[in-house]
Amino acid sequence: MTTARAEILARVRRALADVDEPDPVRDVPVDWEYGRPLSTADVVADLVEKIEDYGARIVRVPAAAVPDAIVAALTEMEASSVVLPPGLDGAWRAAIEAVAAVTADEPPLTASELNAVDAVVTAAAVAMADSGTIALDHGPDQGRRALSLVPDRHVCVVRVDQVVSAVPEGVARLAPAIRAGRPVTWISGGSATSDIELARVEGVHGPRQLYVVLAD
Amino acid sequence: MLGLPGAGLRVALFATCIADTLTPDTPKAVVTVLERLGCVVEFPPGQTCCGQIMTNTGYFDAAVASVRNHVRSFAGYDHIVAPSGSCVASVRDQHVMLARRTGDARLVEQASQTAARTLDFTEFLVDVLGVTDVGAYFPHRVTYHPSCHGARFLRLGDRPTRLLQAVEGLELVPLPAADQCCGFGGTFSIKIPDVSIAMATDKARHVVETGADFVVAGENSCLMNIGGVLHRDGAAVRTVHLAEVLAHTRADAA
Amino acid sequence: MSPNSAPAQRRTPAPPPGTWLGMPAFPKAAREQLQRAEQRQNLARATTHIRGKRAERAAEVADWEELRTAAAQIKTRVARHLDTYLVQAEEAMTAAGITVHWARDAAEANRIVGEIALAKGVDEVVKIKSMVTQEIDLNEHLESIGVAAWETDLAELIVQLGHDRPSHILVPAIHRNRREVREIFAEEMGRYGTPAPPTMTDDPEELAEAARAHLRAKFLRAEMAVSGANFLIAETGTVVIVESEGNGRMCLTLPETLVSVIGIEKILPTVADLEVFLTLLPRSSTGERMNPYTSLWTGVTPGDGPQDLHVVLLDNGRTDVLADPEGRAALRCIRCSACLNICPVYERVGGHAYGSPYPGPIGAILNPQLRGVASEVDQALPYASSLCGACNDVCPVRIPFTDILVHLRHKVVEHKTEHHPTAEQAAFSAIGWVMADGRNLAKAQLASRAGGAVLGDRWLGNRVIGRLPLPIAGRWLRARDVDAPPAQTFRAWWAARTPAAPPVDGSADAATEDRA
Repeated sequence: MTTARAEILARVRRALADVDEPDPVRDVPVDWEYGRPLSTADVVADLVEKIEDYGARIVRVPAAAVPDAIVAALTEMEASSVVLPPGLDGAWRAAIEAVAAVTADEPPLTASELNAVDAVVTAAAVAMADSGTIALDHGPDQGRRALSLVPDRHVCVVRVDQVVSAVPEGVARLAPAIRAGRPVTWISGGSATSDIELARVEGVHGPRQLYVVLAD
Repeated sequence: MLGLPGAGLRVALFATCIADTLTPDTPKAVVTVLERLGCVVEFPPGQTCCGQIMTNTGYFDAAVASVRNHVRSFAGYDHIVAPSGSCVASVRDQHVMLARRTGDARLVEQASQTAARTLDFTEFLVDVLGVTDVGAYFPHRVTYHPSCHGARFLRLGDRPTRLLQAVEGLELVPLPAADQCCGFGGTFSIKIPDVSIAMATDKARHVVETGADFVVAGENSCLMNIGGVLHRDGAAVRTVHLAEVLAHTRADAA
Repeated sequence: MSPNSAPAQRRTPAPPPGTWLGMPAFPKAAREQLQRAEQRQNLARATTHIRGKRAERAAEVADWEELRTAAAQIKTRVARHLDTYLVQAEEAMTAAGITVHWARDAAEANRIVGEIALAKGVDEVVKIKSMVTQEIDLNEHLESIGVAAWETDLAELIVQLGHDRPSHILVPAIHRNRREVREIFAEEMGRYGTPAPPTMTDDPEELAEAARAHLRAKFLRAEMAVSGANFLIAETGTVVIVESEGNGRMCLTLPETLVSVIGIEKILPTVADLEVFLTLLPRSSTGERMNPYTSLWTGVTPGDGPQDLHVVLLDNGRTDVLADPEGRAALRCIRCSACLNICPVYERVGGHAYGSPYPGPIGAILNPQLRGVASEVDQALPYASSLCGACNDVCPVRIPFTDILVHLRHKVVEHKTEHHPTAEQAAFSAIGWVMADGRNLAKAQLASRAGGAVLGDRWLGNRVIGRLPLPIAGRWLRARDVDAPPAQTFRAWWAARTPAAPPVDGSADAATEDRA
């Protein structure tokens, strides 16, 4: 009995009897220059504008003021319990511990336990200005995927040097993490749906509030 | 005729079978305008049909006979002009495909050559003759329906409206949802009549909303469809082909 | 059996009775759908809105047309070398800890997913909205083996709880308005879990809140999830899913086991190719610069997300599409639904008329290729278009819809006339004969003018339907009047005008007739 694998591959090869060039790249050239930056006048301002357009909060502060900005964000969102990734900046952690109950994810919290936590604070990997997208590669300062998903409020700290013009540059920066097998999550505003009469509703299953702290 | 934009230019008129049979005023108008601009118009008498009704219904073998006849009829002309976006699109986009299926390399070559020399009336005026003012006079309020083939397959762009805007006395008013198909679609109107009627009804409603005296298009099949609904509904708006607007002069009005 | 009186042993809401292919063919189905006034309003409002958003977001991207070209080329490259890329993707996924399965058809894919569920001992799974699992009708297979499959996308939830079928690729409940959604949630949610709040109004925010509460319990306890995929990267074995609500992330992150059913055409060669598709897809689809969430995973990450990952690579007719060089461009489709939203036919009849979870222009070219043209439903689909070409222009992967529609019409004609001639074929052969020569046309024109003379009036309308010889004329004249044929053809006018020109036989006859 032939396996499904062998049969499907045989069908594919039969279907492609008209293709006589074995090299895919030579057979079908792609007229595209990958990874090009967009010539945006002010990339960081563009990111701010696009994230605000999604209805998310974004503030820009000097690096030294990040702990205060995080505390202000948690206060504004009325979060009294917080879960933090293990590798989060120590100064940030100290400031957060002063205003909220910090739940450790060690041993890992169950989904239900995470669901009872008000907020999560993470760093980020890359931000893409033109589409207002923040990418996490779930490194130690961002934590496992469930942390930035189940709690209803997400404070995300992005460094200005992580901001690129648009998706092509962003993919190029993220490619090493993807090739290394790391999971990657792109976040563009809070969760949303347009499933009822295509009317946009902010906030469904993912964190309903996204608060971005942009650090110079 | 010296000094005229088309002075001495030999042009083959592809009247199209529909206009030849049902709306002869349209190809007559093309002749009038082209001769007014100095062209020498010829009507190759062997011509029939681009074959799109057969091609688009799936009867490729029947359509191939049209392709053979078409390339034979129009051989030797540098400029082939037709007052129909869909017929021009069929010649340009479908004849080579049909020819290839026959395996007849000579037919493929002939079809490619004919396709490259075939232009919509508005393309010929604007691109070849370089004119938008053709000396027409049409003192009416008109709206323009950009037929699908003209707009999307031939990419006529603003050529038709530039020609209309240059007509003396003509007031051009925008058509709401202009880019939506009128619902004709050849055999679509017969095979899926309910949807075709729903589309035609919406198009006719938009035409009436403009308050225009005339709805103009470069495609008589669309006009037959839209005009059929307008007439049935008792609307006062009349249909007229773009070529007939351009043919109309002060002398006609007098 | 009414859909609301499903047998008690069912675990999930019963879909409507019947099958996609058991539905009436497009012309009849379209007539039925056109009569639903409320649905027509819902569709017109929604498609008009999303069309505008798409156009605005596409216009923001300076090199949009170049991106479309690149996307078409990348997908063409994949299709023409699919065996190479499939093997590469399989190797990469296996190395990353994913168990790869292959399924020749729907039954095989369903069996694989079902066996995983039974082996895991689960009696329910949570699902991310996926076209491919609609295509194979996975939910009903799982139901039949005692496993409840819960849709977690808001629109899919509306469809599932409403005992309904999806009618749109992106917004499966596009045919429903907020009032109908409120009724469905109020009636059904309590039967299958957390009920809707009694105070819930038809405000979309409150409806979304009810869905959040209803599904949260299911997410938190879920042990297994099922997804499709938007892209599968051959280079790394990375699976990519784009979504909006976060239900996808819940399914991809919380359960221990994740099974992704992926059509074999979903491959992209490299990670870098994502820049093209993640720019085109959200703007073409929801008309947003970016969808709220995109998840990329490359096998198992210890301590993060599902530890038991499966991918089912599905053929189910795709290799048949691939085998047709004229039709295989349909496999480029990235399921954005821009072609549905722009289509004047879809806008008026909605998705249920197409006899498949793939409606609209993409359904019209994909279903008859995936399933063949043996059924009446699939024979009708290539004709479910006025060939207006609006879909060609919005497609982010430049699928030549109208060319493929015409090609498939030819295939349908060949299939229908393979064993015996048809009346339509005879009619078109006659037209073909007329149009093969100017003399033939001139003779036919004489006959048509004779017909016009008999009818004797400039406008033909209601009054004359019964007097016309062809039944098809009635379809035209039902809503439209038509000009009677003119007294003189152009051909005849020309011959009379230029007597010096060498006449062909037919036109000479015609000219004589005119003078008479």
